[in-house]
Amino acid sequence: MKIKNCLAVLVTLFMASLPAQGQSKLNVITTTEDLAAIAREVGGDHTTVESIARGYQDPHFVEAKPSFILKLQKADMLILVGRDLEIGWLPPLIQQSRNSKVQVGADGYLDASLQVRILEIPQGQITRAEGDVHPLGNPHYWLDPENGKIIAREIFDKFAHFRPNDRAYFEQRLNDFVNRINDAAKRWVALMAPYKGTKVVTYHRSFPNFAERFGLNIVGYVEPKPGIPPTPQHTLDLINEMKKTNVKLVLVEPYFDLKTPNAIGRETGAEVLVMPPSVGGVKEVTDYFKLFDYDLNLLINAIKKISAK
Amino acid sequence: MNSRGITCTIIVLSVLCCNGFAQTPTAADLNALRAQLDAIKADYDKRIQALEMQVQALQTQVQTAPKPETAAVVPPGQPPAAEVPAGAQGAGGPTGALPVYGGVASSKVFNPDIAVIGDFLGAAGSNKVNPDPALELHESEAAFQAIVDPYARADFFISFGEQGVNLEEGYLTFPAIPGGLLVKVGKMRAAFGKINTLHNHVLPWTDRPLVTTQLVGGEDGINDAGLSVARLIPNPWIFLEATGQVFRGDSNDLFKSSKRGDVTYVGHLRGYQDITENTNIDLGVSFSRGHNAAGVVNDFDLGRFRTTLYGADATIRWRPLKRSIYHSFVGRSEFVWSRRGQPDGVQSALGYYFSGDYQFARRWFAGVRYDRSKRADDPSLVDKGQSAILTYWPSEFSQVRGQYRRTQYAVGPTANEFLMQFQFSIGAHGAHPF
Repeated sequence: MKIKNCLAVLVTLFMASLPAQGQSKLNVITTTEDLAAIAREVGGDHTTVESIARGYQDPHFVEAKPSFILKLQKADMLILVGRDLEIGWLPPLIQQSRNSKVQVGADGYLDASLQVRILEIPQGQITRAEGDVHPLGNPHYWLDPENGKIIAREIFDKFAHFRPNDRAYFEQRLNDFVNRINDAAKRWVALMAPYKGTKVVTYHRSFPNFAERFGLNIVGYVEPKPGIPPTPQHTLDLINEMKKTNVKLVLVEPYFDLKTPNAIGRETGAEVLVMPPSVGGVKEVTDYFKLFDYDLNLLINAIKKISAK
Repeated sequence: MNSRGITCTIIVLSVLCCNGFAQTPTAADLNALRAQLDAIKADYDKRIQALEMQVQALQTQVQTAPKPETAAVVPPGQPPAAEVPAGAQGAGGPTGALPVYGGVASSKVFNPDIAVIGDFLGAAGSNKVNPDPALELHESEAAFQAIVDPYARADFFISFGEQGVNLEEGYLTFPAIPGGLLVKVGKMRAAFGKINTLHNHVLPWTDRPLVTTQLVGGEDGINDAGLSVARLIPNPWIFLEATGQVFRGDSNDLFKSSKRGDVTYVGHLRGYQDITENTNIDLGVSFSRGHNAAGVVNDFDLGRFRTTLYGADATIRWRPLKRSIYHSFVGRSEFVWSRRGQPDGVQSALGYYFSGDYQFARRWFAGVRYDRSKRADDPSLVDKGQSAILTYWPSEFSQVRGQYRRTQYAVGPTANEFLMQFQFSIGAHGAHPF
């Protein structure tokens, strides 16, 4: 009888452990905090999501630290921005991860850029005389909430594929996210409607999708060419252009030096805004919604301030 | 559209043929079928005409529409203009307009990533012991890299120098072998220390330290055909990786194989830890053992002498994430202890270097290096060197470097030199060195 009881307890314990295993959290690694924020919206507490890059660092120049190899080694899924944004650091991490799930083309490898609206795809012959140009288009596409929805759907498809039992849970969260984005996007576009066509200069080409969605008119860049630091001649030309066309806003990503933008601001009377293009770019921006709330609030306050002058 | 009509006709004919086998048709049946076929043909002719008109109308619209100035977009949900295989898309490969010369060709999609890196050196000052040419295109390295199939990737690095062409590395990597192993097969730089694994163009100097020249096989280092297996050692504290390698046994003057069994072994243990998000430390110990050339007479290894190398390396890196493109510091050191068997007994020689490189602006790096090494075959001879280096990066793809180098040779006058280097890369964007 004792043996029978012991066996019964063991079988019960084994059975009890099975559902727990089946419901183990999906371990997701993303390259940026924006993708992590969207993945958390869809995955909720049925996933653990971690980003490699921090929102306040330049995503082009992340170091391929071995500690990231350890994260990738344990991942069920890798979500990347793609369009060559991570070309300088992600391939060696994937290669050394020893994880077949996240190798290029594997089931757990999701390039989030394949369905979204991509801007600035160069046409014709491309050379590096144009700077560190992205031949596959501008990779800063997450800064359009419409693209955010498409990314969320792609993530949902993968999550549902890996955890079919949780499909309904993920679907409910996806629908909730899409509804909230739709409401928020209406509010954001309405907030910016009075300022449609506002001319701005940005440091790097980080904001084309944002500008298109919210009606900003980007007339120049502090960088003479992508990835090339400002030169005195280009800065002078930019100042003259800004004076001529009455540009009063300079948007700078948090990881760029403010020396040249501030000099441009002094010469032209323009406001220089440190505007995060990513979740985590500043302390207050902790999710995808707060990214647009923060940036639009910053912009509108600056435009009002300029108008009051 | 024409082909669709033809296909339907063929299908109808096939069906008719099949029926023909079942029963013998009468003249009335044949007439009825002929009438049916004529009706189908007339119907498709009408459709083709309509579609041709639509195509013409669309072509006219496209010709009259204004051309985009600099940018094009891919609307959501719409497939990209150029169809590429699913595997290439997953690789972050091209969608939309493909960046290839001569238009879209499916064969080019699978071409490996190709890059060529030029390394031009100039030398001024005096060096009577080991003089470099005043000007030379020291090396032109061509890199070819691609994914072979779902299981492996291949990397080839061919260097063209003034001495000829050399396959610097050419290996196959299996990144996802069961058991958490990373396996490489081919000709490769051995995992002995840090500097031995690095190609010339990612070094922070124009040259290699004296310890490499005197004890670890010179510029090419331990670089041989072999097999490499690396595994992460699970532990709750740090990144720990153990690498074991077996090579044929031929690495320049360092190792010389005369028989199949004279292989060279290399072992490396690497530990890495983030101290803060800005600072990290990388430590390693290495071992290598193989037959040397001290006892080789007329290609026959009479002496059967061996060389054993022990190494220790340490790297500390600092890079503030918010200003990562403007400021950084890398401090490096490597110690190598050589025990070389030769006719006059086993010779023990120690060599090391210390270096520091500070990035003080987005494009500017300044560095110093101190070198000291005994010679492997005669440890009574000690060479010492000091260098100061300044590097300017016009862009991510080119750099200009100046190095003042003072070398006190054990035999011969002290050398004082100014070395100048231009490095440039064309082609595919490679991974940033770490």
